[in-house]
Amino acid sequence: MSLNQEGVGRIARLARIELSAAESAATQDQLNDILGFIARLQAVDTTGIEPMAHAVDVVQRLRPDFITETDRRADFQAIAPEVEGGLYLVPKVIE
Amino acid sequence: MSATKWEVVIGLETHTQLKTQSKIFSGSSVAFGAPPNAQANAVDIALPGMLPVLNREAVVCAIKLGLAVGGKIAPRSIFARKNYFYPDLPKGYQISQFETPVVSGGGLSIKVSEGTHRAGAGNTAIEKFINLTRAHLEEDAGKSLHEDFHGKTGIDLNRAGIPLLEIVSEPDMRSSNEAVAYAKALHALVQWIGICDGNMQEGSFRCDANVSVRPLGQKEFGTRREIKNLNSFRFMQQAIDFEVQWQINEIEEGRAIQQATVLFNSDTGETRAMRSKEDAHDYRYFPDPDLLPLEITPAWIAKVKASLPELPGAMKARFESDYGLSAYDAATLSASREMADYFEETLTAAGRENAKLCANWVMGEVAGRLNKDGMEMTAGHTVPLAPTLLAGIIRRITDNTLSNKMAREVFDALWVGEGKDADAVIAARGLTQVTDSGAIESVIDQVLAANAKSVEEFRAGKDKAFNALVGQVMKATKGKADPQQVNDLLRKKLEA
Amino acid sequence: MINASLKELSAALAQRKISAVELATLFLNRIERMNPTLNAFITTDRDKTLAQARCADEMRKVGADDAAAASSLHGIPLAHKDIFCTQGWRTTCGSKMLANFISPYDAHVVERFAAAGMVTLGKLNMDEFAMGSSNETSFFGAVKNPWDVSRVPGGSSGGSAAAIAARLAPAATGTDTGGSIRQPAALCGLTGLKPTYGVVSRYGMIAFASSLDQAGPMAKSAEDCALLLTAMAGFDTRDSTSLERPAEDYSRDLNQPLTGLKIGLPKEFFGAGMDNDVRAVVEAALDEYRKLGATTVAVSLPNSELSVPAYYVIAPAEASSNLSRFDGVRYGYRAPDYGDLADMYSKTRAQGFGAEVKRRILIGTYVLSHGYYDAYYLQAQKIRRLIAADFTEAFKQCDVIMGPTSPSVAFAFGAKNADPVQMYLSDIYTISTNLAGLPGMSLPCGFGNNNMPVGLQIIGRWFDETKMLNAAHQYQQVTDWHSRMPEGLA
Repeated sequence: MSLNQEGVGRIARLARIELSAAESAATQDQLNDILGFIARLQAVDTTGIEPMAHAVDVVQRLRPDFITETDRRADFQAIAPEVEGGLYLVPKVIE
Repeated sequence: MSATKWEVVIGLETHTQLKTQSKIFSGSSVAFGAPPNAQANAVDIALPGMLPVLNREAVVCAIKLGLAVGGKIAPRSIFARKNYFYPDLPKGYQISQFETPVVSGGGLSIKVSEGTHRAGAGNTAIEKFINLTRAHLEEDAGKSLHEDFHGKTGIDLNRAGIPLLEIVSEPDMRSSNEAVAYAKALHALVQWIGICDGNMQEGSFRCDANVSVRPLGQKEFGTRREIKNLNSFRFMQQAIDFEVQWQINEIEEGRAIQQATVLFNSDTGETRAMRSKEDAHDYRYFPDPDLLPLEITPAWIAKVKASLPELPGAMKARFESDYGLSAYDAATLSASREMADYFEETLTAAGRENAKLCANWVMGEVAGRLNKDGMEMTAGHTVPLAPTLLAGIIRRITDNTLSNKMAREVFDALWVGEGKDADAVIAARGLTQVTDSGAIESVIDQVLAANAKSVEEFRAGKDKAFNALVGQVMKATKGKADPQQVNDLLRKKLEA
Repeated sequence: MINASLKELSAALAQRKISAVELATLFLNRIERMNPTLNAFITTDRDKTLAQARCADEMRKVGADDAAAASSLHGIPLAHKDIFCTQGWRTTCGSKMLANFISPYDAHVVERFAAAGMVTLGKLNMDEFAMGSSNETSFFGAVKNPWDVSRVPGGSSGGSAAAIAARLAPAATGTDTGGSIRQPAALCGLTGLKPTYGVVSRYGMIAFASSLDQAGPMAKSAEDCALLLTAMAGFDTRDSTSLERPAEDYSRDLNQPLTGLKIGLPKEFFGAGMDNDVRAVVEAALDEYRKLGATTVAVSLPNSELSVPAYYVIAPAEASSNLSRFDGVRYGYRAPDYGDLADMYSKTRAQGFGAEVKRRILIGTYVLSHGYYDAYYLQAQKIRRLIAADFTEAFKQCDVIMGPTSPSVAFAFGAKNADPVQMYLSDIYTISTNLAGLPGMSLPCGFGNNNMPVGLQIIGRWFDETKMLNAAHQYQQVTDWHSRMPEGLA
C-alpha cells in the first residue's frame, strides 16, 4: 500500500494540515518510506489474537456525579486567540 | 398515482440528554441557561493535558434504558473517538461508542393510526413493535452561534460534554406517523424511567431521521438522507413528509438520490442539504486510550433493575389482569407515568372494585378538561384536581349520592378550586340524589297524573313515551333522583 | 554542591549549611552561564524560582515537623520537561503551537513535587510534542549534548538529560512514550526511569500517545530516582488510567544484596543492530553484576523486532487524534492570515506544527482512515499483545531483563534527520516496554566511541520498580559512571 499525490492530499485535508506542492511531493516520499517500514506487520499471523488497546488490563473507574468545577472562563479566555462576549470567535461557519 | 407506488423507510437516531448533575467526563454543571462558556472547564474546552473520567450516573441511565427496552447490556463496552474538525468540538474528536455500545437490541411498541400510503389501509389504530439497533453513551458538542459577530461565528462550549444516550432504531418505520409515534413513545419512556427531563425546547431530546423511499415490494433500501436535529414532533412530521415527497419527485423525474445530511427549515417547511461538504466522512474511530473498558456486572444491573419503576408494558398487562380494564384503556392509562400514577392514586382512594369507573373518569373528564385548558399530564404539570378528590366524587357516584350529571357538576366545581372535597360541594349546592323510594313514588304519581297522554302511548306500545316520563320525573326532582330507581319504580307502576 | 546527591542536598538544607535560595541561585547562575550553549531550558524565571525557594526556606524556619519541611526533597530545585503544564509558566511542549501558552493549572506531577517542597528551576527543552529521538525537532532549537556539543542529547527528554549532565539542575522530570527518558539518559550518562504505565498520573502532561506515555524521574543516580519516584507516583482521580494502588517507598529495597538475582538477556537485544563499542561496555556491566552475585540467563523476546513498526502505527494514530485540539480556536497559535474556517485550521496547523509532528499526524491519520484501520491499526494492536506476552514468558525465567538502552552512543546533529526510519530505529530497545506497559530504566555503565556515555537498560516486571532501582543502586555502589560529569563544564 503506498500513497500517491491524491492520497497525500486527502490525508492532509482530513488532518487539516495545508501542504504546498513542494511539501506534498517530499511528504509523499517520506510517508511511503514509513509505510514501507510498517508494512512488515502485515506478514504476521495474528489469527485469534485480541487487540491490545491499553497497557494495563483494568476497567474504567467511575466518578460520582458531583459538580466539582467552578467558572474559570476569565482565566481560560485570557489565553484565547479571539473572544467576544464570552464566546470564542471563528470564521463564519456555514452549515 | 404515485402515492401507492412508493414505500417510505424511516429510522430514527435520538439524542437523549441524561439527567445528571455534572457532565459525562468532567465535573462541570449541566444546568441550562448559564452565560456562554461559564460551564466549560479545562476538560470541556480540551486544554492540553486534560483527561476524561466517566460519570457513574450516566452509566446508570444507560442501564435503565437497556432494561426498559429489553436490550442487551454489554458486560464490557468501549469508548471510541470519532474524529472530525468542527469549532464546537474542542478536542477535534467526540468521545462516543462505536463497535461495542453499552446497549444493543430491544425495542418498543407504538400505537399508530395507519396513514394513507398503503393502499386499502383503513384509519384504525394498530400496534407495532419498533426494534432498536443500539444505544450508546457519548458527549454532546458545543453550540455555534451564527448571529453576526463582525461576520464571525461565536462558540459556546457549555453544552460540550453533556451526557447523551444516542438511541438508534432499526429502519422499521413506514410513515411519518409511525416515526412520530415512535418518537413520542420513546420520549414518554425516557421520562418514565427518569433518565431524561424530556425538555425538547432546551434540546434534551433531539432526533435525526434517516429517510428513504423505495418502490413498494422492493427489498433493497433506497438511498437515505438524514434530517438533522428535529426538536419537535410537529417539525418531525413536517420534515419527513416534505422529504418523502421531495425524494419521490426526484426519482420520478429521473434523478437519483444522493446520500446527504439535510436540515429542516421550520419557517419554510422545507429540507435542504447542508452546504458544508464534509468531504468524505472519515471519522477514524478508534478506542479512546484515555478511557478503559466500561464494565457492567450482573450485580450492578440487578441493583439498577430494583430501582426502576414498573415499566409501561408490565403496567398495561397488570391493569388488564388486575383491574379488568380493556387493552385500549390499559394502554391509554399507561401511556405516561403521570397518567398512570394519577389513575392508580384515584383507584387506591376509590376502591379497586371501581376500576372501570376510575378509568372512564381519568380518560374522559380529566383528560378532556386538561386538553380544554391546554394542559398535559406530563412531568412538571400538576393536575388541578387531586386524585383523592376525584376518588371522592367516584365514591359518591357508586353510593348513589350523585348522578353522573351531578358528579360532573361537582367535578367542575372542584377543578376550579371551589370546595374542599366532593362532600363539601354536595352540601353547599344541595346536590344529594333522592333515593327515598317513597318520595320518588309520590313524584311519579304526580307526573303520571299530569301526563295521561304519554301513559296512554306507553300502554299502546310506544317505548319512547317511557323515556319522556322518566325525563319528567327527573325534571320534577331537579335531577336529584337516582335514575335507575326512577326507571324501576316507573315501570312497576305502569305495568301494575 | 553541584555534584551532590539529593540525599546530600537534603542533609545540607536540613543542617542549614545552605538555604534553598542559595541552592536555587547556584543552579540559576549555571543555567544563565551555560544555557546559551546547551539550550537545555526553554523558559526560566528567576523571580518565580526564588520566590518558591524563599517559601521553602520560610517553611523550614517555622517548623521542622511541618509535613512539607520533613520531606527529604524540601528545598531542592528541579526542572520540568516542558510537556508538564505549570501554572503561570509558559508551557510550550517544544512547539510553536504553544509558544505563548501560559498554563492555567499544574500537572499532577508538578503538584506532587511542589507539595514535597521542591523548587522549580524552569522548563526544559524537548522534541516537539515529544516526537523525536534527538531533540532536533524542538521549535526552540536543538539541545546540545554536554559531553560533546556537536552531538545530540537524545530525545525527547533531551533538555532534561542535558541539564542534569551539565549540572544545571540536580534532577528533572521526563516523559517516556517510546524511550524518551531512557534514551537521552543513556546518551547523556544519567539515570532515568520510566515507571509501569499508570503509576504516575498523566493529568496535565500534554499527551503524545496516551496509551504509551508515562512520566518518570531523571537524575544522576538510582538513589535519586527512587526519591523522586516516591514523590511523583500515586493515584489521581483525574486520570482514568491512573492506578489505585497503595503508596510505595521506592527507596525501601535499594540496599538489598543482589545475590541470586536472575538477569534475563534477550538474544534479540544483543544482535547485529548494536554497535561494538556499546556491546563491549554493556557486557562489562553484566560481568559486574555477576560479581555482585547475580546470574544471567538467556531469554527470548521473539516479536521484539516488530516493536518499532507496531509503535509507529499506534503512537502516530493516537497522536493524530490527541493533537487535533490544537486548532487555533481556544488557545495556542492561530495563523495570522486565513480565509474561511477550513483555511484557518489548515494554515494554523501547517504553521504551528513542525515537520516531524506533521509527518506523524499524517501517518496516524492514514492508518486510522477508512479501509486501512484493520490492516494497520488493529494489526499493530494485536502485535502489541504478542510483544507483551513475550515479556510475560521471559519473566518466568528471570527477575529483571538487561540489555543496551540504545544501539549506539550519541550521534552527530543531522546524522539521521533525512531518514525518519533510521531515526525511529534508535529506539529499538526501548519501545517494547512502552507497548507492554512495563517499567524500564537506563543507567550509565561506561563510555563508548569518542568517550560518549553508554546506558544499560533494566526492564522489570509490572510494578517492580523497587527491584530495578535496587539492581541499579547496587551497581552504582561499585562503579562511578553515574558520578562522572562532562569536562569543561564545572
